[in-house]
Amino acid sequence: MSARFATLEVGQQIGTRTIDVTRQDLVRYAGASGDLNPIHWNQSFAEGVGLPGVIAHGMFTMGASVQLVTDWCGDPAAVVDYQTRFTKPVVVEDTTARPGEPGAVVEVTGTVGALDAERSTARIDLTVTYGGQKVLVKAQAVVRLP
Amino acid sequence: MTIDPDLQGRSYPAGETYSVGREAIRDFARAVKATHAAHFDVDAAVALGHADLVAPPTFAIVVAQRADAQLIADPSAGIDFTRVVHADQRFVHHRPIVAGDELVAELHVDQVRAMGGGAMITTRAEISTVDGIHTATTTSSLLVRGEDQ
Repeated sequence: MSARFATLEVGQQIGTRTIDVTRQDLVRYAGASGDLNPIHWNQSFAEGVGLPGVIAHGMFTMGASVQLVTDWCGDPAAVVDYQTRFTKPVVVEDTTARPGEPGAVVEVTGTVGALDAERSTARIDLTVTYGGQKVLVKAQAVVRLP
Repeated sequence: MTIDPDLQGRSYPAGETYSVGREAIRDFARAVKATHAAHFDVDAAVALGHADLVAPPTFAIVVAQRADAQLIADPSAGIDFTRVVHADQRFVHHRPIVAGDELVAELHVDQVRAMGGGAMITTRAEISTVDGIHTATTTSSLLVRGEDQ
């Protein structure tokens, strides 16, 4: 599937996605990204610095959320600009003893926020929530479309 | 430990070259739960007009955080890593990052603002290939919490 600029309207929803997150996902992200901060994998360390528990890397949530956009537009390289603010942590419970059960569930919705005909780009605004609260604010991906 | 107010405007020259490998792109894509074929299958990436596997939109953070590490590890900057919180992030891609790229990042400290007992530090990494092709600009704001925060 690939999106075409001419078919888009501001306010149009591009889709939704549910991201199940486990502690194992955070370990995998830590390894792949090189961000080994123990607040993302060690319960006692996280609590020791005043967090409610192990939290997801903000960059994990940002990176996973944009997949809604890349799959919708059909080419990951179409994302020319992507930004967000990190407002609330995603606390990931330890479900190691309950395989298949997520430790946190993040919901993503994408909406066409603005269109630029001159550059043939669309700004996709992402609403990213966990436990009913926004965890990313002003999460916007600009995609260049045919 | 206090943040050096003269940090603003400081730059760190490009450090070691980062070689973008296919397996690094595949591993990073799996780590952000990306399933697009252009991250995994060279033929699929080529069919979209790319030279090789395409990195996910946030892959540049790997290169940018290595550049940030120069600043955080610089004792004269006065940053306590254990008190750093990622506040915001932006990626501007001038051209896609693909497997085979040899990247370097120059780091700039664009802004330092006092926040309570801590500080908000905004850094910008200008990422380019070793041949001088400008690839991405990443901007990160790091909140360094004060002792009482």
